Amino acid sequence: MTAPADAPLLQLDDVTMQFGGLKAVSGLSLTLGRGELVGLIGPNGAGKTTVFNLITGVYAPSAGRIVFEGKPINGKKPHAIARGGITRTFQNIRLFSSLSCRDNVAIAGHAHSRAGLTDALLRTRRFAEDERELQSLSSAMLERLGLTRFADTRATELPYGQQRRLEIARALAGRPRLLLLDEPAAGLNPQESEDLMRIIQELRTQLELTILLIEHDMRVVMGICGRIAVLDYGVKIAEGSPERIRRDPRVIEAYLGEEVPTAPPS
Amino acid sequence: MRRALGPIAVLLLLAGLDVALPRLINPYLFQIVVLCGINVILAVSLNLVNGFTGQFSIGHAGFMAVGAYGSAMFSLHVGQKWADALAAAHLPGAIATGLPLLAALLLGGLLAAAAGWLVGLPSLRLRGDYLAIVTLGFGEIIRVIITNVNAVGAARGLPGIPGWVDFFWVGLGVVAVIVVAVNLAHSTHGRALFAIRDDEVAAEALGVDTTRYKVLAFVYGAFFAGVAGGLFAHYLSYLNPNSFTFLKSIEVIAMVVLGGLGSISGSVLAAIILTLLPEVLRPVKDYRMVLYSLMLIVLMITRPGGLLGNRELRLPWRKRQTASGTGLA
Repeated sequence: MTAPADAPLLQLDDVTMQFGGLKAVSGLSLTLGRGELVGLIGPNGAGKTTVFNLITGVYAPSAGRIVFEGKPINGKKPHAIARGGITRTFQNIRLFSSLSCRDNVAIAGHAHSRAGLTDALLRTRRFAEDERELQSLSSAMLERLGLTRFADTRATELPYGQQRRLEIARALAGRPRLLLLDEPAAGLNPQESEDLMRIIQELRTQLELTILLIEHDMRVVMGICGRIAVLDYGVKIAEGSPERIRRDPRVIEAYLGEEVPTAPPS
Repeated sequence: MRRALGPIAVLLLLAGLDVALPRLINPYLFQIVVLCGINVILAVSLNLVNGFTGQFSIGHAGFMAVGAYGSAMFSLHVGQKWADALAAAHLPGAIATGLPLLAALLLGGLLAAAAGWLVGLPSLRLRGDYLAIVTLGFGEIIRVIITNVNAVGAARGLPGIPGWVDFFWVGLGVVAVIVVAVNLAHSTHGRALFAIRDDEVAAEALGVDTTRYKVLAFVYGAFFAGVAGGLFAHYLSYLNPNSFTFLKSIEVIAMVVLGGLGSISGSVLAAIILTLLPEVLRPVKDYRMVLYSLMLIVLMITRPGGLLGNRELRLPWRKRQTASGTGLA
């Protein structure tokens, strides 16, 4: 049942999300190919996070279709979509505050654990194997994000920048094929943000991930995204290479207005 | 085979204490020990709901009542006949009463678990105060039913329940609920519960079926409350609706909060302390409940996170498990 390799991984087809009289997302179509790193930008309130919430099943779209790997996923519950291969991070960090970093990451592996409740209560061999697998998955993901030394630290005791990284490690432990990053560099200093983008690039190639990235820091998005879609008032006003987006008059008007003249020619 | 050693050792220890305790301490102290055990089961089971999953249930006495009356009715109408038949077959007394008791306790637990499932369903839509009110309503409905239905003795109470419970069975119940809670806490399922408590939206987004786990916590919590009710019924031989008022639910909540939400050893410790306290304070007579309440207030002011916070007591010779985290560390 897997779709052919050249078929799009994710396809949003004329998706609309209406809250009462407000159209947060309006007739959005967007296609992500396998292995792409696509940026989703737009001014505050443009509906970027709503798009994430639609893809991950937090909201069911008022109209339109969302197709992942050839199968429609709109209307599915968020945990089912996560199991299906789409995980995300949150703009306002949402870590499990009372748990260690190790356990925060291990929870995302839960979806793929095979040991049932009875195994856990009776401590069967399957439980032990499963637990070992989860722990090694967790350690591996912490290591990828450079968080190994914080494994036993409580998540909320981490410095802010590391919490952002922990969110990514946790999302990765869900073994996604599509990773949604909601402003992963928000609040980071330029150095941290640069390091993070390098890591994201590495992850994409090493784990063969497809990534959809919401970001406010223009420099960051322009630097690493192969393609950018721009949202304004819930409508996609432009899509294309960073170069084209940079010059697009509608984008400049909506969003980049002041940035473009100062951006260095590349 | 080595896996069987632990359970066998526990059974032998319980059987030994079962024989020794009544000879070592007077009946008054013995009754307090049994009540401590029953309260430990109640507190740890409520901790699964309130502490692990962060849902606020204030109807635990209702689940206890369902288990108590369910198991008592079974024993009065069926279990007693089984016991007579087994005794007639020249089986030793402990087995002749033990088997029907086990059946009654399991039945009481399952009935309560079914009630837990029913009450757990609204938990999918409600949270916080609203869920608390639903569970409060459930507890009151159960109390009103047992106060008015003649078949279960109504307000007169239900006498003549076989007094089959001795220390062994209470001890077994305590061990069972602690083993389940600890094994749950150290597994991916327990982490799923903690994740729901900390951030439900994130848990769901990372693949945790929050619906299933929230109901599951209710079902497990209610099952053990039902077992505690069954033990209570078959220890006292008499049930009265007044034992299952809203105050009983509050008493169990006090144990869980005082011990530290999410801490299993905290619940055990607090259940024992809060059962002993009113007894220890008997000499001051009328001021007993005033002192009891004062002590609660002082404890909560000085240790707002509970006696143990969300930590666990660890046996010093046991190494920290790699499964670690316990989520509670």
